[in-house]
Amino acid sequence: MEEDVKQSLIKQFNLPEETIRIPRPRRIFLEISREKFKEVFDFSVKELKFAILLTITGLDEQERFGVIYHLARETGAILNIKTSIPRDNPTLKTITPDFSNADIYERELMDLFGIKVEGLPPGNRYPLSDHWPNDQYPLRKDWKQEGVTFEQPREKQDVSEKSGGDQNA
Amino acid sequence: MRKPDIFKVPIGPQHPALKEPESFSVALAGEKIMGVDIRLGYNHRGIEKACEERTYIQDIYLIERICGICSHTHATCFVQAVEEIAGLEVPKRALYLRTLIGELERVHSHLLWLGVAGHEIGFDTLLMYTWRDREIVMDILAALTGNRVNYGMNTLGGVRRDITPEQAREVLKAIDKLEEQTKYYIELALGEATLAARLSGVGMLSREDCVKLGAVGPTARASGVDRDVRRDDPYAAYAEISFNVITDNHNDVFGRTVVRLKELMESYGIVRQLLKNLPDGPIAIKAPRKIPAGEAVSRYEAPRGEDVHYVKANGTEKPERVKVRAPTLANIQAVKKMLENRYLADMPIVIAAIDPCFSCTDRMINVRDAESKNNRLMEWETLRRQGIEHYRRLGIDFSKVKIRGHS
Repeated sequence: MEEDVKQSLIKQFNLPEETIRIPRPRRIFLEISREKFKEVFDFSVKELKFAILLTITGLDEQERFGVIYHLARETGAILNIKTSIPRDNPTLKTITPDFSNADIYERELMDLFGIKVEGLPPGNRYPLSDHWPNDQYPLRKDWKQEGVTFEQPREKQDVSEKSGGDQNA
Repeated sequence: MRKPDIFKVPIGPQHPALKEPESFSVALAGEKIMGVDIRLGYNHRGIEKACEERTYIQDIYLIERICGICSHTHATCFVQAVEEIAGLEVPKRALYLRTLIGELERVHSHLLWLGVAGHEIGFDTLLMYTWRDREIVMDILAALTGNRVNYGMNTLGGVRRDITPEQAREVLKAIDKLEEQTKYYIELALGEATLAARLSGVGMLSREDCVKLGAVGPTARASGVDRDVRRDDPYAAYAEISFNVITDNHNDVFGRTVVRLKELMESYGIVRQLLKNLPDGPIAIKAPRKIPAGEAVSRYEAPRGEDVHYVKANGTEKPERVKVRAPTLANIQAVKKMLENRYLADMPIVIAAIDPCFSCTDRMINVRDAESKNNRLMEWETLRRQGIEHYRRLGIDFSKVKIRGHS
């Protein structure tokens, strides 16, 4: 069954054999260029029926960012489609028209890797706090905690001023 | 007739009774919910980043602390991925013991949920009964692992503690008792008219919406979605165990209650099979400190739904990347849909029904003029003054009344 998926992907998109790995039953890993991503993704979802989005993983690979879309079939197989984008222009197109639940996973890529996702409808950031600086992306490998300053939440300052000496009261 | 004002009521993130901070901004027209805006991330502790800076063994204990209820879930999901990358052949006995703890964890989690659900609808007797019975399984978990939660059972290549025949007999005795009690709860849920009346039609989620929004676990199965990775993508010992995947077509909180109750019965059956067929042999094999480069995706049917871990190894003793998708993140998006056009009073049970839990309003109202979109904050004092003025105009004077705690 995994082999059928592999063969139909190879046939449809003329892919070299080594771009698709089947390490064990029900697991398929596919690597695809950014240019071909959209058509391979659409084909996998609509024709091959990998219609469940499990999550999206971001990876820091130095010059590029890797992005893995984990798709699943009702019957248990998982197709992991990996693409990559250059670090100096990290933009992706949103997949929310196909998967409305991708919203939160794409926001994770934005907050933690600084990847820009085009076409995402407006909404709250996730998962970092509103006080987190805008140019700090903690899951990048070169990110260091030292020297990062945070704007203190206003409520917190108020509490410390008011409570003063009788914190144990 | 005047158009009703839309109020935006912030609910959360801080709540004295909850384990999970989340912030809901609810747009209300009278009692009716017009829209919900959800802000998550208050519990983001940077665990994925922290995993990259620790060894695989350290990560097991860190990951076990992602969740206080399904701790074994995350630890198992993680070690499965690492074992797959390292090509470790985990002994059968270890897989059975992992599954055993996993099912006992599901029992404690579902009983906990049933109590919370009872509480949210004002049925506190149910809370007292279920949490009393939950102690039976908590005692068993403590006896087997030394802890009520965060069991520390897993290690790379197997489990850390074996089970004795006496312990197995104790587990079976406890399961008999729990089964008897669960039968009573099922009878109660299916027969008690007030319970059905309060839960039916509340938090509706159609099968189509459920599939579109990617809901998982009992939430999805109560909308007729027949998915369970224990059967569909079997891990640990599930391939050798027979059980039913419970589904229901009520699509509401009532359905979610029925699914969880019937899942309890399946869990008891699974525990009995595991102990009956428990293979002999070692409980772990030695795992290398350094894990060869590779990647794996692991799935686990947590009590709340499907948990997904992705692990990438780079040949060192620390992982290159660990990614976790917990079930609540997949379910929270369905909550918005469940609440649309429902009443505010249903909000606690609807949110609780996906199995985090919730209910509280700040003593502050952000009044949003529906036409001009202007916001103004009204604090407790202002609201109180406005109330007094309102009644004074009607000829009732509350200004002499003293409220304790407020001058």
